[in-house]
Amino acid sequence: MHETDMTKALILTIRDWWEAQPERPAVTQVHLTVGQFTCVEPDSLRFAFQVQTRDTFLAGADLIIRETPLIAYCHPCQQEYQPDIGLRYSCPQCHSPMEDIRSGRELKIDRVEYAQPVSVS
Amino acid sequence: MHQTFDAALGINLLHANQEGADHNRAHFDAWGITCLNLMSSPGAGKTAVLERTLATLSPELTIAVIEGDMTTELDADRLRAYGVPVIAINTGRSCHLDSKMVAGGIHRLKQDHQPTDFDLVLVENVGNLVCPAEFEVGEHAKVALLSVTEGEDKPLKYPIMFREADCLLITKMDLAPHLDLDLDQLVTNVRQINPHVTLLPVSAKTGEGLNAWFTWIRQTVGAAKLTPQLK
Repeated sequence: MHETDMTKALILTIRDWWEAQPERPAVTQVHLTVGQFTCVEPDSLRFAFQVQTRDTFLAGADLIIRETPLIAYCHPCQQEYQPDIGLRYSCPQCHSPMEDIRSGRELKIDRVEYAQPVSVS
Repeated sequence: MHQTFDAALGINLLHANQEGADHNRAHFDAWGITCLNLMSSPGAGKTAVLERTLATLSPELTIAVIEGDMTTELDADRLRAYGVPVIAINTGRSCHLDSKMVAGGIHRLKQDHQPTDFDLVLVENVGNLVCPAEFEVGEHAKVALLSVTEGEDKPLKYPIMFREADCLLITKMDLAPHLDLDLDQLVTNVRQINPHVTLLPVSAKTGEGLNAWFTWIRQTVGAAKLTPQLK
């Protein structure tokens, strides 16, 4: 259910960009990066996006999601590790707690693809 | 003829919400208000903790409550009994408060009261362990609540709330002797996700641990007040 609200937030953010474009282009693709250490489920997001963009300026646009893994950095071991989400977050070597997160918290709109008429001369 | 173009945005998905949250926080800062965002699963005891908090702190701090987790007016009435303004937000079917909803609450606070009179705004978020953690509302600190009946593995399963929390209240401690809960394991589970969180075991029923919670609030409010004004 929270993907509904995430999608609302996504649409609002893209609308801000879109309304700043004088030509109001037809958006064909929206590219996201979604980290595994966020509360977003990509499948639910795709579904919500499809439903919620109906009859809007984003109708028919594809949502393309790139997932990034949760990667933490252990300072005592001076190396990165991949926590086991749901089971273990501390360093598998020295058991230090998960201090720095290097990847996995992304919720980013990378880019938007759009089509625009071009004059043929 | 159409041609495809590419616009690099690099904007956070929650950009619009974040801007709203920063705007809310700027209002709070200008009025000298500290805002705490209380989050937990349904039934972890947010309202009960709030009642005890208002009973003890409302004589010394001027407090308002923004109430998002309201199933009935009864909850709000319970809190109004302590003589503080309780602004109920209609969240509809939403599973969390967002910055726009809280902006509406701030607007009502400003309409009916003198906002500079207040020291503390307590936001009671919608009961949900997942989403509220991702939607900032303009708070200065996040407070998560986890009741002992929920079990020690909840932080592992819903890590983001526990990662983001500045303070975690382990509630309903009076029930702990009746449960198979492994409190040490619970603390270990929280610590491996968030080594810096302030962990406070409390019981709203017996009052156990509440003084530590009140002290934490006083310090948080005091720190915010000291920085811009008294110097």
